Amino acid sequence: MKLGMACLAGLLFGLGLSLGGMTQPAVVLGFLDIFGNWNPRLLFVMAGAVLTTAIGYRWVWGRARPWFESEFRLPATRQIDSRLVLGAALFGIGWGIAGYCPGPALASLGSGLVPVATLVATMVLGWWLAARLPAPAKPTT
Amino acid sequence: MHPWVLSAIGGVLIGLSAVLLMGTLGRIAGISGIASGLVAGASDRGWRVAFMVGLIAGPLLLLLLRGESGIGAPQVSLPWMAAAGLLVGFGTRLGGGCTSGHGVCGMARLSPRSLTATMVFMVVGVATVFVMRHLLGGSGV
Repeated sequence: MKLGMACLAGLLFGLGLSLGGMTQPAVVLGFLDIFGNWNPRLLFVMAGAVLTTAIGYRWVWGRARPWFESEFRLPATRQIDSRLVLGAALFGIGWGIAGYCPGPALASLGSGLVPVATLVATMVLGWWLAARLPAPAKPTT
Repeated sequence: MHPWVLSAIGGVLIGLSAVLLMGTLGRIAGISGIASGLVAGASDRGWRVAFMVGLIAGPLLLLLLRGESGIGAPQVSLPWMAAAGLLVGFGTRLGGGCTSGHGVCGMARLSPRSLTATMVFMVVGVATVFVMRHLLGGSGV
């Protein structure tokens, strides 16, 4: 049941990404190109996702615990440190170069496109390397 | 349907996915966190793999429903794709999240860490596209 729910959540996510235009790097780069021919599409994805999540989270947190687990696992770290800012900046550079963040990159694997598979392979390498840094940042997401 | 409407619907689906994952497994729907746990020694691999299977199946389901997967063509050459992947992977792990974990779930929780990270990767992403497109000149560099 747990695995089924996780799979369904992944399916909804992948469906939302592809319907929303996130799996089209041209659309993503167009959104980030505010000094050029700006494409506002992703603003609608963000707004739809953040609003739905904000409302839905408050609804599910009304229960004492999740349906299939003993507790809600929320990020414990509160500190805004150099790791957070440096990591977000490096991610921003990579995102701006190719137009893929992790979700759309993974969701695009089904296309069988070699460049996408290459990007995913180096992304996994990046995760692996970062996890080997001293005092590794705990995955909060 | 207008692309903006499709994008808003896509966003709502992403939000529903986040709510489902929180309501059933008590987990944040952060793609980099879920996936990187698989290469960084997380002990709870089952639900992570199940989510990934669903995520990759999402665009393929869209292909069945609408006749198009929504997966677009890469916009930059293979070496740039490889470099981008490495930056995205390393950066998201270091910064503890990506567009989904920080940008959607974190923003919905009004987490100061996530608001900071989202602002940083958005601004850096915009700056990177500016450099790539308007200083280095053109797509496919």
